Amino acid sequence: MIRVTKVTGVFDGYAPTPATYDEMFDGPFVRPAYTSIYTQMQHLREGEIASRSDFLARSYVDEGVTFDIGGVERPFPIDLVPRLISAKDWGQVEAGVAQRVRTLEAFLDDVYGAGAVFRDGVMPRSVVTSSPHFHRVVAGITPPNGVRVHVSGIDLIRDVTGQFRVLEDNARIPSGVSYVLTNRRVISSALPEVLSSHRIRPVERYPQKLLAALRAAAPAGITDPTVVVLTPGVYNSAYFEHALLARLMGCWLVEGRDLVCQSGRVMMRTTQGLRPVHVIYRRVDDDFLDPVYFRKDSLLGCAGLVNAVRAGNVTLANAIGNGVSDDKLVYTYLPDLVRYYLAEEPILPNVDTWRMEDPAHREEVLDRVDELVLKPVDGSGGKGIVIGPQADRGELDALRARILDDPRGWIAQPVVQLSTVPTLTDGNNAGPRHVDLRPFAVNDGGDVWVLPGGLTRVALGEGELIVNSSRGGGSKDTWVMSGSGFARGQEPPAEPIRVAPRVTRAESVVVQAQDQEQQQQQFGGMPC
Amino acid sequence: MLSRIAESLYWIGRYLERAEDTSRLLEVHQQLLIEDPIVDPEAQVDGLLAVMGLDVAPEVPRTFETVMRLLAHDPSSPVSIAASVDGAREAARRSRETVSTEMWESINTFYLAVREGNLAQLRPTQAFRMVRERVAIISGTADGTMSHDEGYHFLVLGRTIERADMTARMISSAAFSASSPYAWQTTLRACGAHHAYTRYYQGRDSDRSAAEFLLLDRLFPRSLVHALTEAEHALANLDVGERRAGFSGEASRAIGRARAELEYAPLDEILADLPAAMHRIEEACGAAGAAISRRYFEGAAAMQWHGGAW
Repeated sequence: MIRVTKVTGVFDGYAPTPATYDEMFDGPFVRPAYTSIYTQMQHLREGEIASRSDFLARSYVDEGVTFDIGGVERPFPIDLVPRLISAKDWGQVEAGVAQRVRTLEAFLDDVYGAGAVFRDGVMPRSVVTSSPHFHRVVAGITPPNGVRVHVSGIDLIRDVTGQFRVLEDNARIPSGVSYVLTNRRVISSALPEVLSSHRIRPVERYPQKLLAALRAAAPAGITDPTVVVLTPGVYNSAYFEHALLARLMGCWLVEGRDLVCQSGRVMMRTTQGLRPVHVIYRRVDDDFLDPVYFRKDSLLGCAGLVNAVRAGNVTLANAIGNGVSDDKLVYTYLPDLVRYYLAEEPILPNVDTWRMEDPAHREEVLDRVDELVLKPVDGSGGKGIVIGPQADRGELDALRARILDDPRGWIAQPVVQLSTVPTLTDGNNAGPRHVDLRPFAVNDGGDVWVLPGGLTRVALGEGELIVNSSRGGGSKDTWVMSGSGFARGQEPPAEPIRVAPRVTRAESVVVQAQDQEQQQQQFGGMPC
Repeated sequence: MLSRIAESLYWIGRYLERAEDTSRLLEVHQQLLIEDPIVDPEAQVDGLLAVMGLDVAPEVPRTFETVMRLLAHDPSSPVSIAASVDGAREAARRSRETVSTEMWESINTFYLAVREGNLAQLRPTQAFRMVRERVAIISGTADGTMSHDEGYHFLVLGRTIERADMTARMISSAAFSASSPYAWQTTLRACGAHHAYTRYYQGRDSDRSAAEFLLLDRLFPRSLVHALTEAEHALANLDVGERRAGFSGEASRAIGRARAELEYAPLDEILADLPAAMHRIEEACGAAGAAISRRYFEGAAAMQWHGGAW
């Protein structure tokens, strides 16, 4: 008698959330791009999903791929099911992100330079001057190759129709790219057969691209610049990333105390005395960079850094003062800025946004604050966000008071249903979870390069909308398909592969002395 | 290289060697307690704690459990193996872009095993073996996957200075328990030297020859003279530029002097007051450590801004 064992697959009983774009399922149907992932993962043997998922977690613990929350090192959560982006969708993202970065560059150059955007009435000057991240001290400083946003992360979401929209810009010190690199590596060990059946654009060129952009930004006259990565230290939540990037670029990872400024030059303390530094990829916030101009109590930066930058002897990447463009009030003007600076239509739309500063907007929002998402304009990492439908009456009243108190400090957006991707909810089953996407762009002065993929962050709780790692979010490996996305059949190589000549390997004579072994066995006296 | 990174590498070397040597010392101590009928357990524990530089309140019971807690698995005890592993891992985390990936991973997995309580859960003998093997894996990985550049020399320097210091401590522990007929044999075992020693002296063993082997053998890697010579080499490698006369650097001087004193003094003279001789070695290691940190590591302390704005 043949016993039939019931096969239970990881996607059984998967139900997409209503009124949300699910990237894998279109109602009951699997979207074409995901067919291979669906078939292969659905048919993994029982227990296989759980064991591969454990493997992912274990690898991150052993390798120390961690993210610190409140000073505690935790392995960065990664989900086994990859997220796919078709070549066509990616084309739009890539062009849109590059356009966005070029706009931010032009805007920052204008803000800290001529100020034409204010004279031409596109944006009131007060929007910029009232931003806490506007630093008058760097006005008039032009970076060596004109680049201020060497690295950026533009956060995107997909709305109900699947259209990518920009949620926010990060032109200060966007983090997360290290997880893009490590995710791809562990997923290729965990799902080798699935990965190899797809044609996916590689991500490992990122460190070289970044290094090239940093070298290109060196002060004039320096042919072989010394590039360093400046970290706040091992207790920073992104320390793992700082160390990984420094290692992959072959740069020194310095802390503020390793640097010293003398007569407008920056040096680092080495075992052989002071050595000059030319480009600093800094991962320390503006406020802590230089106690001369910013926070006096900062131990993370180096006194004199701003003067060295102004003297043109050192380049900071990213430049000081970029925070202006991350301001969520400036964000609301971004589509206008794209048209103003580039004379192009925005490729990626914004999410609809109300400015609380505007009395008409404010009145409308205060009436229906329980339906909207309210965000502080200078927040990052999901801090301070209030989601109306999830807040209770007390929270909403407090929120209204805070908005009236500081209207410049808030914007409102409709509750955007972020798209969902199947994510393992327990050992063996997947459920829909909300995701966003942070593509990373590197600007070397000539060209804006967008890393194919970027970091997909996923809110691990059911129905949760906040995906930030600091709020318990996880991540997914993000696959950007190349062409159709599926591996082709065997094609003959263009040139025949040459075979190396065979060389006999040396062997020890000891192991070959079989006669001797026999004699030893036979004539060594009586067995006991 | 960066002073701060050099310091981290130096301490990785020291802490790992300390963890290994402590486990060796503990293993021998355990054997002595079990096998030696005439040894006074309490005095033995006192001697061991003193050798490791621990001051323990009189009301703490002098038992093997206390020793295991203080020297092996209590991370809050500064000389425990757990604390050494913590220290090594912390130093590796600070120099993570410099130590090779594989080396970082082997240090990290060792740290995770200790943090999960493996030292306390395993049988003591297994725990000691695990520590020895893990340290061997890490050293082997470092030798095989790190460039033998300045950073590597700092790692080796830390390792050899710690080894000299710990061997001196083990020898003085043997000298203190010289009443036991097994004292020198067990010390040889603690240093992993018993096999090499037997092969070389072939049964002509005596306390004197055992002491000679541990102090003066030029070929055995854990002998004092060998460890000090290696430390001298590492220091010479770190020194840039050619030299015609003498040695620059207080560290080379302290180490070289200690080694010369051992090698050129008549053995009987050293043996006459062995604890004092070992104390001098420990002091030389301490002085060398301080000199290294003055010359290569200093100045990396955090600075504070006291001026006003311009």
